Amino acid sequence: MQKIMVCIKRVVDYNVRIRVKPDGSGVLLDGVKMSVNPFDEIALEEALRIKERGTNIEVVAVSIGVADTQQQLRTALAMGADRAILVQTDAAVEPLTAAQTFLAIAKKETPDLIFLGKQAIDDDANQTGQMLAAIWDRPQATYASKVEISGSKVSVTREVDAGLETIEVDLPAVVTVDLRLNEPRYVKLPDIMKAKKKPLDVTSLDALGVSAGALLKTVKTEPPAQRQKGILVKDVAELVEVLKKKGLI
Amino acid sequence: MHKILIVGEHDGKTLNPATAKCVTCASAIPDGEITIALLGADTGAVAAQAAAIAGVKSVLRVDRPENEHPLAAAFAPQLEALAADYTHVFGPSTSFGKDLMPRVAALLGVPQVSDLMAVETAYRFKRPTYAGNAIVTVEADPARKLVATVRVASFEAARAGGTGAIDTKTLSVALPSHTRYVGAKAGSTDRPDLQTAKRVVSGGRALGSAENFKLLFSFADKIGAAVGASRAAVDAGYAPNEMQVGQTGKIISPDIYIAVGISGAIQHLTGIKDARTIVAINKDSEAPIFEVADVGLVGDLFQIVPELERLVS
Repeated sequence: MQKIMVCIKRVVDYNVRIRVKPDGSGVLLDGVKMSVNPFDEIALEEALRIKERGTNIEVVAVSIGVADTQQQLRTALAMGADRAILVQTDAAVEPLTAAQTFLAIAKKETPDLIFLGKQAIDDDANQTGQMLAAIWDRPQATYASKVEISGSKVSVTREVDAGLETIEVDLPAVVTVDLRLNEPRYVKLPDIMKAKKKPLDVTSLDALGVSAGALLKTVKTEPPAQRQKGILVKDVAELVEVLKKKGLI
Repeated sequence: MHKILIVGEHDGKTLNPATAKCVTCASAIPDGEITIALLGADTGAVAAQAAAIAGVKSVLRVDRPENEHPLAAAFAPQLEALAADYTHVFGPSTSFGKDLMPRVAALLGVPQVSDLMAVETAYRFKRPTYAGNAIVTVEADPARKLVATVRVASFEAARAGGTGAIDTKTLSVALPSHTRYVGAKAGSTDRPDLQTAKRVVSGGRALGSAENFKLLFSFADKIGAAVGASRAAVDAGYAPNEMQVGQTGKIISPDIYIAVGISGAIQHLTGIKDARTIVAINKDSEAPIFEVADVGLVGDLFQIVPELERLVS
């Protein structure tokens, strides 16, 4: 194990309650707090723990996005990544394009492991890791809740609908992480200062030979249907009565 | 004519109900013809179940020993080969489908529509983003194959009564050896399955301990309900991960959802908004769960739940 690549997405912060634009053209993003996608933070944390247990393992954080995505990569560097690469673009990047971009980087960097969050909390697509593994022609282990490396293999326990499943894959491989894999560390001020001196390279989709063409056209964005506000009952007896009347119990 | 291939989910014995929900979704595609693909070691029993779903034209069995466990790395190239004859390839938005379908899409070199929740035309669909807070309508290029996962909570299961033809398909696709199944630890439960249950009782952090969850299990057993949990309760170790309901857990659509001691974080509400009736029991009358609940009761769950159990029996 020499190198781990971690893919990071800049997204609207987890705590922001997003609003849909009245004209249906998207969601309001002006002045909204942006952060590292929380699942990607868990992915980075796992890479850092592997680095800290081993010797001479380099962790490279990679992102695709607008110039300001440097902020999220600086956060990754402050957490402990050794260096960062930003593929700068103003285009909306779909999962397949993201996978092609990460593949282009992976071909240059030749990492042993690529970690990503299982999904980004903006488009909730849950595709990029699987697509990257497919076009890289390497194994995928999605929804990881436990990652154990032994030599050239990695054993991954996955969170699946029925419970937990364990698979073993050969390196190099793509691992996407779920919530319970770890708790990401807090960034301390000295680390933020140190991160400013770490290398952050900027490249472009063009330089990597990837085109950002929109494969899916977003025609409209709308708020979800609202549920009607219900009634409050005063006690259990009334609750049971209401439910019986509705034929629910 | 649109030819739709649905990737059936099964455990070798039983077809997952998500498959019949995908059929309902696929039936909304105009001028469509539906085929279910079943990959497994021996899909004889599940093929008969799939063929009996109303609206299914045919079932394709792809049996080989390597297909015993659903590994995306092995399934995807086989589906890539099968997809040649179809315009649409659908899979359920379960952990099985979410793992597999993007790999299929990427091998085909096409994008994927995730969590398809409504069909507008053969190439125009609605799907949720931002934890269900923004619904987008997306349009795909009809010149390309359309790969999608179907948000199963958005569709009722197609009825039985079909008489689809069952064919066996042998594919000469080389499978990778880089991915191996090791084992599974299923949550052992005799209770109804969370994703298909008509009734669900769910607990939050206010339960306070794994021990206290027994209160919910006891009540749930009385009314034949499945038991779920909020992310906070799972994170606190009160309940196992497979019980988690919400954006990153299970998206469910029971007839009745009883939320006990759940405040109603937005990520949780995403998972339950398709429930017909939501009941909230919480001591905090300001809890966001009451904004979406059809019936709310403010009070101490430790008194309410046992009393509820007594009164319904």
